[in-house]
Amino acid sequence: MTVLDKRMTPAEIVGVLKDGMTIGIGGWGPRRKPMALVREILRSPLRDLTIVAYGGADVGMLCAAGKVRKLVFAFVSLDAIPLEPWFRKAREAGQIEVLELDEGMLQWGLKAAAFGLPFLPTRVGLGTDLAELNGLKTVQSPYPDREVLIAMPPIKLDAALLHVNRSDWRGNVQLLGPDTHYDAWFAKAAERTFVSCEELVERMEDAYPEDATSNEIERCFVSGVTQIRYGAHPSSMPPAYGWDMKAFKAYTDAARDPGDWTVVAQRFVDTNEAAYLSNFGGKEAVAALPLPIF
Amino acid sequence: MRDITLADLCIFACSEAFRTEREIVATGIGPIPRIGAGLAKLTHSPGLLMTDGEAYLVEQPVPLGPRGDYSPKFAGYLPFSRFFDSAVWSGRRHAMVTPTQIDRFGQTNLSRLGGTHAHPKTQMLGVRGFPGNSVYHTNSMFVPAHSPRVFVSSEVDMISSAGYNPARRIPGGNYSSIDLKRIVTNLCVMDFGGTGQAIRVISLHPGVTFEQVQKATGFALEQGALIETPLPGEELLAIIDQLDPHSIRASVIKDNPPARPKS
Repeated sequence: MTVLDKRMTPAEIVGVLKDGMTIGIGGWGPRRKPMALVREILRSPLRDLTIVAYGGADVGMLCAAGKVRKLVFAFVSLDAIPLEPWFRKAREAGQIEVLELDEGMLQWGLKAAAFGLPFLPTRVGLGTDLAELNGLKTVQSPYPDREVLIAMPPIKLDAALLHVNRSDWRGNVQLLGPDTHYDAWFAKAAERTFVSCEELVERMEDAYPEDATSNEIERCFVSGVTQIRYGAHPSSMPPAYGWDMKAFKAYTDAARDPGDWTVVAQRFVDTNEAAYLSNFGGKEAVAALPLPIF
Repeated sequence: MRDITLADLCIFACSEAFRTEREIVATGIGPIPRIGAGLAKLTHSPGLLMTDGEAYLVEQPVPLGPRGDYSPKFAGYLPFSRFFDSAVWSGRRHAMVTPTQIDRFGQTNLSRLGGTHAHPKTQMLGVRGFPGNSVYHTNSMFVPAHSPRVFVSSEVDMISSAGYNPARRIPGGNYSSIDLKRIVTNLCVMDFGGTGQAIRVISLHPGVTFEQVQKATGFALEQGALIETPLPGEELLAIIDQLDPHSIRASVIKDNPPARPKS
């Protein structure tokens, strides 16, 4: 019989991941990032990962810790701090392989993977350096227009990691906040999707039936669930809390000389989540972070 | 009437770039393009759609910076998760951005400088949404410090957005939606109305000469029917003040001089 109890510990989730896997990370820049799961990876011996993300500090930290063999990205940014300092360092050291894509192409590749297609056609990339640098092939329309398009290959993920607002133990998730970016497509492009959540409820239909339209990812796409309150810090998790720009500034400043990640990691990763949160004023301080103004 | 600064003049020029009869999304990235888009919407181009900078559509452009008691009123919804479907890939958008490099074909770069793709000398943002924007909808640029470092003499280091370069066209590809409209800088306004869609100066800011602009540009510029870039009037200045109550625009251009140099 199908086991519907999908609860796992963060360590169990990371234990499922293997060296060399392709892992998609949800969220966008400094928003809605499953940072606690990323920190769990940083505490593990995992290596040689291919990371696919609309990148923020998740990408910067994994690059800094030498976990990344290849990065599939369109940008890596902390928004108010436009250039992600640790990602820059890794790139300027020639340390990582990259597949650089347009933002729309990236979600298009996830969709191709979700639908099991060999490619999805697009005009995006025409007239730029993307096709040549990435070895992207073209395809010709079989219809009378005969248009030549770029054939965007699928971005298949071995696993996707997401941070969501709510879940029950069966993986009925609810994604709140003004924008959930491409989390749903990361989930659908992945062999298995693991979510951390702010709030774990017993049964979603009893707890929050009025918010059922926030179930943007059906539970058949969710393999594992773990509750990690404040698990997106220092990224934002609306409506619960905003991003921690003070922490991002400290993280950015620390990338300058000597820029030793092992020292920085003592504060920004630490040995466990409770210790990590205490480095930033504890739960109360994170809960009080205001939502950003644009 | 208050003093008119170069930032005010650039905002007015940006708002003219956004002028349209269509209902499309106006995206101004950075204070001056953003205020310019807001000014366009509140004056000659009410059809423009605009977001609060995050996910909601607003009919009243959101002022920059801390808002005090003001809270944006949401008229609609356009999150990133719908952005390619609703705005970019449907061609219903005009974006104005500030690339790191621009070449004579209007190709731009904000990905990396120098070195190779595997080992760049300077890593910047990545191509972001530039490739898609460039083949699908109208685009303009704002450059706060016009110089040969921005307007480069050769091609840009990494072509992040497509321009009018025949050498970069694949036979059979559809490039018909490439639509580069204006480049507004601290010296002048340019368009792509030159020979073979070459970049052409169409107006010079007060006190600026064509030779000065040419000297600050890494490639040869064409001259349109040059006029002096117009200054915004009192009513427009009031709207600019309302859209930027903390005068964040003053920090964009070095020293933010008066629009008309004091003689």
